[in-house]
Amino acid sequence: MVASVSKCRVCKQPAVIDLPRHNAKFCAEHLLELCRRQVTKAIEQFAMFRSEERILVAVSGGKDSLAVWDLLIELGYQADGLYVGLGIGEYSDVSGQYAQAFAERRGLHLHRVDLRDQYGYDIPTAARATRRVPCSACGTSKRHLFDRAALDGGYPVLVTGHNLDDEAAVLFGNTLRWDVPYLARQLPVLGARPGFPRKAKPLCRLTERETAAWCIVRGIDYQVEECPMAAGNRHLAYKAALNGVEEDSPGTKAAFYLNFVERMAPLLAGQRAESAELGECQRCGAPTTGEVCAFCRVRERSAAHAPVPVELLLGSKRRAG
Amino acid sequence: MRVLLRNPRREVELAGGRPVRTVLAELGLAREAHLVIRNGTLVVDDAVLDDGDVVEVRPVISGGT
Repeated sequence: MVASVSKCRVCKQPAVIDLPRHNAKFCAEHLLELCRRQVTKAIEQFAMFRSEERILVAVSGGKDSLAVWDLLIELGYQADGLYVGLGIGEYSDVSGQYAQAFAERRGLHLHRVDLRDQYGYDIPTAARATRRVPCSACGTSKRHLFDRAALDGGYPVLVTGHNLDDEAAVLFGNTLRWDVPYLARQLPVLGARPGFPRKAKPLCRLTERETAAWCIVRGIDYQVEECPMAAGNRHLAYKAALNGVEEDSPGTKAAFYLNFVERMAPLLAGQRAESAELGECQRCGAPTTGEVCAFCRVRERSAAHAPVPVELLLGSKRRAG
Repeated sequence: MRVLLRNPRREVELAGGRPVRTVLAELGLAREAHLVIRNGTLVVDDAVLDDGDVVEVRPVISGGT
């Protein structure tokens, strides 16, 4: 008996991946073509950037940031990377190595910032010092440092590796809470404002299964292990819920997010708080609604705290759980 | 066949001769959240995994925002 072989929808060669949302299977070559096409469509549809603009890519060493950097270079854009060392033990060490190896192999420029060396704290310590979930201090720190690096380096646009699953999960959470100000700002591209570069998400039309497949087919080594501090967070629970719906009804995640952007976001345009009066942080000069920006508040509280190894924080998290 | 799982990284030994979708179901893993790599190459859901294959079931979900 000869086993039947699943074939690529385009060329009829043996397929390497099923994509139920496209009701199709693809070979490696046509999977890559689909990814290039979706990213090109996102860049053009949302007017993310022009070919002559210098791009700074926020690089974590994970699949999405390396995939978007790789795709932008392949598509002919000028893109440098920025890696922020978060001090999350071995996880950060390994992530930084993947980012560095990717850049070196392709002759790309990777900027590096180290939270502990340059700002006197790390994420496990910040989580303990601020008594907030680690992802909160992490997000605050990364957003500030990415914005600052883009502005200081003369990059008009900052690109992140947020994919369709990320955006659908955030949209799901914001919708469950009817958080209108956040919903109004959940766009694939946010224009520059004083103190902020333009921000773009070229992977917003690709699922993370597709970005991971891009990396595997392209031979990109990346940090596969999950951040130990993210385990059990709400974002992962939202993704699991959406994937449950997706398995029964392929295409739901794309429809949920992309139809929101097309149909709902324009109705919320008047709710965006972009015109809010922003002053300058007394410490660092970044835009802020108060006297001291969120980043400087985290930095000051965390730098004054004794360093907390990630293992200690995870141990207490498990005991609390 | 030897199957590498992640988060946490570990290996399990499973019976071959079955398609990818059956193996994922046995492991209780969602297809939308995983890719399966056999001997270094991605494989589709209906590919039959053999006893001699080296298989990785790779999660694709990231927790950060």
